[in-house]
Amino acid sequence: MLEYVAIALLIALALVVALAAIGLGYLFGPRKQSAVKAQPYESGINPFGEGTRRMPVRFYLIAVLFILFDIEVVFFLPWAIAFRQLGLFGLIEMVLFIVILLVGYIYAWKKGALEWE
Amino acid sequence: MTPNLILFLILALVAVATALGMLFSKNAVYSALFLVLNFVTVAVFYLLLGAPFIAMAQITVYAGAIMVLFLFVIMLLGAERLPDTHVLPWQKPLATVLTVILALESTYLLWTKARPSGAVLPPGAEVNTVDNLRAMAMTLFNDYLLPFEVTSVLLLVAMVGVIVLVRREKGQKS
Amino acid sequence: MNLTSQDYQVLAPYILLTAWACVLLLVDLFIPKERKSVTALLAALGLAVTLGVTLSQVGIEQVGFFNMAALDGFSTFVNALLLVSGILGIALAHGYVKRMGIERGEYYTLLLFSVSGMMLMAQATDLIIVFIALELLSIPLYVLAAFARPQLSSEEAGMKYFLLGAFATGFVVYGTALVFGATGTTSLAGIVAAAASPSTSTLLLTIGAALVLVGFGFKVAAVPFHMWTPDVYQGAPTAVTAFMASGAKIAGFAALLRVFATAFPALAVDMTAVLWALAALTMIVGNVIAISQTDIKRMLAYSSIAHAGYILMAFVPYGNPAVRDVSIAAGLFYLVAYAFTNFGAWGVVIALEKKEEKGLAIADYAGLGRKHPLLAAAMTVFMLSLVGLPPTLGLVGKVYLFRAVIAGGFTGLAIIGVLTSLISAYYYLRVVVTMYMKEGEPETVRETWLSLTTALTAIVTVVFSLLPQSLFEWASTAVLKLF
Repeated sequence: MLEYVAIALLIALALVVALAAIGLGYLFGPRKQSAVKAQPYESGINPFGEGTRRMPVRFYLIAVLFILFDIEVVFFLPWAIAFRQLGLFGLIEMVLFIVILLVGYIYAWKKGALEWE
Repeated sequence: MTPNLILFLILALVAVATALGMLFSKNAVYSALFLVLNFVTVAVFYLLLGAPFIAMAQITVYAGAIMVLFLFVIMLLGAERLPDTHVLPWQKPLATVLTVILALESTYLLWTKARPSGAVLPPGAEVNTVDNLRAMAMTLFNDYLLPFEVTSVLLLVAMVGVIVLVRREKGQKS
Repeated sequence: MNLTSQDYQVLAPYILLTAWACVLLLVDLFIPKERKSVTALLAALGLAVTLGVTLSQVGIEQVGFFNMAALDGFSTFVNALLLVSGILGIALAHGYVKRMGIERGEYYTLLLFSVSGMMLMAQATDLIIVFIALELLSIPLYVLAAFARPQLSSEEAGMKYFLLGAFATGFVVYGTALVFGATGTTSLAGIVAAAASPSTSTLLLTIGAALVLVGFGFKVAAVPFHMWTPDVYQGAPTAVTAFMASGAKIAGFAALLRVFATAFPALAVDMTAVLWALAALTMIVGNVIAISQTDIKRMLAYSSIAHAGYILMAFVPYGNPAVRDVSIAAGLFYLVAYAFTNFGAWGVVIALEKKEEKGLAIADYAGLGRKHPLLAAAMTVFMLSLVGLPPTLGLVGKVYLFRAVIAGGFTGLAIIGVLTSLISAYYYLRVVVTMYMKEGEPETVRETWLSLTTALTAIVTVVFSLLPQSLFEWASTAVLKLF
């Protein structure tokens, strides 16, 4: 478990910094409440409509493509770590893996799946 | 009580609580967020069991990608608010009874017959080393080479499938 | 760490077909819309070349890829049957998709991927590969079932098939996990070895095997896991249904045969009763519900369920070494008989189907005997074969099957088989009666490939039944290599 101490420290540090930023502002900043300030932040535009809206199906296509490439990445991680031991054979394996997915990428591209209609 | 055990107990409480939160939220988006928390807790369990790679995969794939998809589907259907009426009134009591039966059954089996007896490696024995990930990679890319390569074909087919189903051919009527 | 040429030889058909499909996917991008026949032709060519490779492998026995896949008589037999099914599937689809306005190049590519998954399944000797192959064959089928979107029935078929298929896969994976928990391995050979050791929990192993059985029960449409079949078979484009009914069944039964016969012989005591009940229930429910159908696609769907029951009969004596080989060979033979008859029957349905799901009622077949005597004759052959009447392959298949089951001591099951066949005669022959005895003006489509397929399958169904011995011998040798 010792190798995770560094990660734990990092998390703790991140928490401290974040809490300090908020806490200091809370302590020293002036407080003036108004209706406008309580609005959700919409990059300076007055919010309209409901927060949750129905999404068009195109988002769904993008999300599925994202998952597929995400799963690919999961395989890259162990491969990169054992790259030296795996040698040339491992390289060929991964090239084949990527080539097969490249076929899918070219297909998706040509079909316009990456365009926003 | 070892530190690991204390950690486990705390996390177990969080895991069960988030799972219940997911089940009982009226708003489907809240349910999804509870599920994210649950996934992350489970990822920490994997870490405790000495399987950092599974933990990271759990976070990237499940808490990341799959949840994005869930949220899209929820919003696509506009299903984030459940109606208050219960469509199936007998569902709750039946589910409760079945759950109790299942729990009793599995407890009985675990205590009497189905205890692993030697054939199964205890977790953390040989896997819990710094080289864990490397060892896993060596197995994955040697012994399990065929499943690995077929997986890429599977991903390709899924990609073609989703594009065929969602994209319209040029000139096709809507 | 390297692979030898032996490894590549084991999976040569699979690798060839997958590579072909990948290239075809890209080539298809550059084939103009009105020339998609080229894609169909290229896809069929790929299947034919792979079939050539497969046939050149007859007699070779090897394992490869770290004991994850095997090449043996069994896999060669099943692969050949699957590839022929793929070719028939393309021949039926080619004109159909054009006529229905759903022609897209991906149809053929997805079909190739599905066949490659089915072949991998027949060769799998590790539960991990069984799982991945199951997905590889299923995902293209889900998409193909919904291919006629935005037609509602097709979308519904795709959705239902996908949800229940995913559910079924879940059962297979859960079962695999339990088997792994009990034995510490997913390799079929390893499972046998571990099952022999007294320290292995038989309970976990049995539950695992049962869950795997449930998953495959979904795939091959055995009762009580058949609920999706009528809706999916009816809603999917007819050409897809034809391919799905044969291909998915062949692959599912092939995997079930290999997994149970090689990995779970020790569980035969528990499993025989379960398989017996499944087979009996499937035959009865499939045939009885088929009686009341008025839509030909739905009727054939229930017929497909019923035939899953007949093929399941071949599994029942799998724990008895004396009759095991004969009965599994009979099962393989029956799969061949079913595949040809099935493609033929669906071919006739396609010939009569019109746009917007018209021409699919059994009543629409009235007058076919007078107006199109050849087509009606072919349909008569297929109906006779599905009942199991002479002179057809269906009869020979049933004779072999019932004989093997009786030799295994399951006379009761054979009697149920005969009785349900008698019941089935009612609804199959009703189609024949409608064609010849009733007046009507059916319109049919004439397409070269469709007519060829129907004629070919009709001829095979009749001719092979006159000389079934050689085919059965091939099936028997195929099985012998399994053990």
